[in-house]
Amino acid sequence: MELAFGHPKSLKPIQTKYCPGCGHGVIHRIIAEVIDEMGLQTKSIITNPVGCSIWADLYFDFDSVQPAHGRTPAASTAIKRMLPDHLVICYQGDLAAIGTAEIIHAANRGEKFTTIFVNNAIYGMTGGQMAPTTLVGQYATTAPNGRDPVEAGMGYPIKVCELLATLGGTKYLARGAVNNPANIKKTKKYIRTALEAQMRGEGFTLVEVLAQCPTNWKMSPADAVGWLEQNMIPFYPLGEIKNTLQPAQTDAAAGER
Amino acid sequence: MADDIRLMKGNEAIGEAAIRAGCVAYFGYPITPQNELTAYMAANMFPKGRTFIQAESETSAINMVYGAAATGARAMTSSSSPGISLKQEGISYLCGADLPAVIVNVARSGPGLGGISPSQGDYFQSTRGGGHGDYYTIVLAPKSVQESADLTYEAFALSDKYRIPVLVLADGLIGQMMEGVKLPAPIDPASLPKKAWAAGRQAEEGRAPNHVSSMNLVPEELEALNIARFKHYETVKKELCRYEEVQVEDADIVLVAYGTSARVSLGALQAARAMGVKVGLFRPITLWPFPYDRLNALAKRGKRFLAVEMSMGQMVEDVRLATNGQAPVDFYGRCGGMVPSEEEVLAEVQRLLAR
Ligand SMILES: Cc1ncc(C[n+]2csc(CCOP(=O)(O)OP(=O)(O)O)c2C)c(N)n1
Ligand code: SF4
Ligand SMILES: [Mg+2]
Repeated sequence: MELAFGHPKSLKPIQTKYCPGCGHGVIHRIIAEVIDEMGLQTKSIITNPVGCSIWADLYFDFDSVQPAHGRTPAASTAIKRMLPDHLVICYQGDLAAIGTAEIIHAANRGEKFTTIFVNNAIYGMTGGQMAPTTLVGQYATTAPNGRDPVEAGMGYPIKVCELLATLGGTKYLARGAVNNPANIKKTKKYIRTALEAQMRGEGFTLVEVLAQCPTNWKMSPADAVGWLEQNMIPFYPLGEIKNTLQPAQTDAAAGER
Repeated sequence: MADDIRLMKGNEAIGEAAIRAGCVAYFGYPITPQNELTAYMAANMFPKGRTFIQAESETSAINMVYGAAATGARAMTSSSSPGISLKQEGISYLCGADLPAVIVNVARSGPGLGGISPSQGDYFQSTRGGGHGDYYTIVLAPKSVQESADLTYEAFALSDKYRIPVLVLADGLIGQMMEGVKLPAPIDPASLPKKAWAAGRQAEEGRAPNHVSSMNLVPEELEALNIARFKHYETVKKELCRYEEVQVEDADIVLVAYGTSARVSLGALQAARAMGVKVGLFRPITLWPFPYDRLNALAKRGKRFLAVEMSMGQMVEDVRLATNGQAPVDFYGRCGGMVPSEEEVLAEVQRLLAR
């Protein structure tokens, strides 16, 4: 009998340290599935960021490099340039504040690695501080009365895909979510499109993934998926924000637009 | 071509030596007085199929070095003092992950933005790690264009051998001046041995995944890693200490100076000797590891010392540590971009000897 569904080879079959209901685990899994489908397990390198997903190197079953907070796009730039035939995944939560310069300039140079930006609207690892993508009014330990953009000096939530879309080096920018099976399926397709484009050497690709952090949102995992649907998706629209990949190559994702 | 002698600026000689050492990745950001080095790499790396990137900041440049080094590539960045401060985060990570890399500091005067003239005010930063955590980098201090080329070339081999970043600490004067330089033989990067710990080429090497990281949240484990690294440093100290001595044997006073101030001191020594005053020169070439033992031996033989620096007095602390109260140690320095003259140093020697 043919095995129709199983644990991806690129992900170790071990329990993660992530909290129940965390988005990181699901995102790891769909990345691993795509890498397996592309047959690139031993040709992949992940740069695991400073953040909860610093643990990614425990779970992905291939090479990894762990750079400083926010600097993964700079490190990934060099890794991909040293190993242009490898699949380089820059996995980040920390790109819209401390890593802003690095992501903008890597994108602008059209660096040919793929960024997976996990947007959970919070700083998870350090215990729930305001992230650059925290929604207006959303509670964080450093926004105890909710994010107040101007008076309290907290700024507005940053839409990373839209921000990067103006840059010449960016070829594919998509936003998915992992709060329900339908969104997970679409997100996996975006990731596949991005990784395939990377291997064709097309340019900068990024998939932003809206993800739950039930622990720091102070909700049950079940409430968190609903909160994401009702609060994050209206502000961070899902879909392909920019797709200037070669026309013949985008059919796989076309149905999802 | 290996034997050609060229007239080059220090900055250019450093660039050419790096290329000949098999540096395949250079990441920089403009800052005076090292701009010729970045421009040299821009002009000469790309035609050879190597990587040159003008990064968005020194912070990014050093993190690019981190990425390139993690794949086993010979990688370099260069800057001058304010930019080197920005690189400290990355240098700490390189050391924490035991990655080889070469960092060139064509130092200028500080603190803050300071000035663009030569200085040795970065000695503390260079020799005490410079960033956060327990670590050292190897520090090489050239005194000439020739030595800038030689030490940069060797820096790559030392860094690979010990898996410790190497800092080449020059200054604006060495970077800017032109001298004849005999360049070392080019190394084909493809001929360099593969690094078993590097990320990438997993399929070809048929090995388990490699993880390049400086993180460890288990105190017992991290302590053990740090202790092992410091044990390794002891080996480096034994094998690498390097210095030059000029007429130390019969000297009544030994000038201790590195880089540009050592050149000035040599001039002062020659002038003194012409007058019959017995001056010697001790020039550390490795600032880390610092040649403590040799200075200590000289102190035990009754020498006295005058540290000459382009700073308010930084290396002099190492001279005092080395001599450990067994010999008088004095200091003469200029700073802010001022270079001491031979006459000034000679006058200071005469003043001390007359006391
Ligand atoms: C230079 C530096 N500043 C601050 C920190 C502390 N820090 C660690 S993770 C983090 C934020 C993590 O949030 P995010 O990137 O959104 O990832 P998440 O944990 O939410 O997945 C911060 C501020 C650090 N490690 N280094
Ligand atoms: S704190 Fe949030 S992001 Fe971190 S593991 Fe827990 S749920 Fe995931
Ligand atoms: Mg986050």
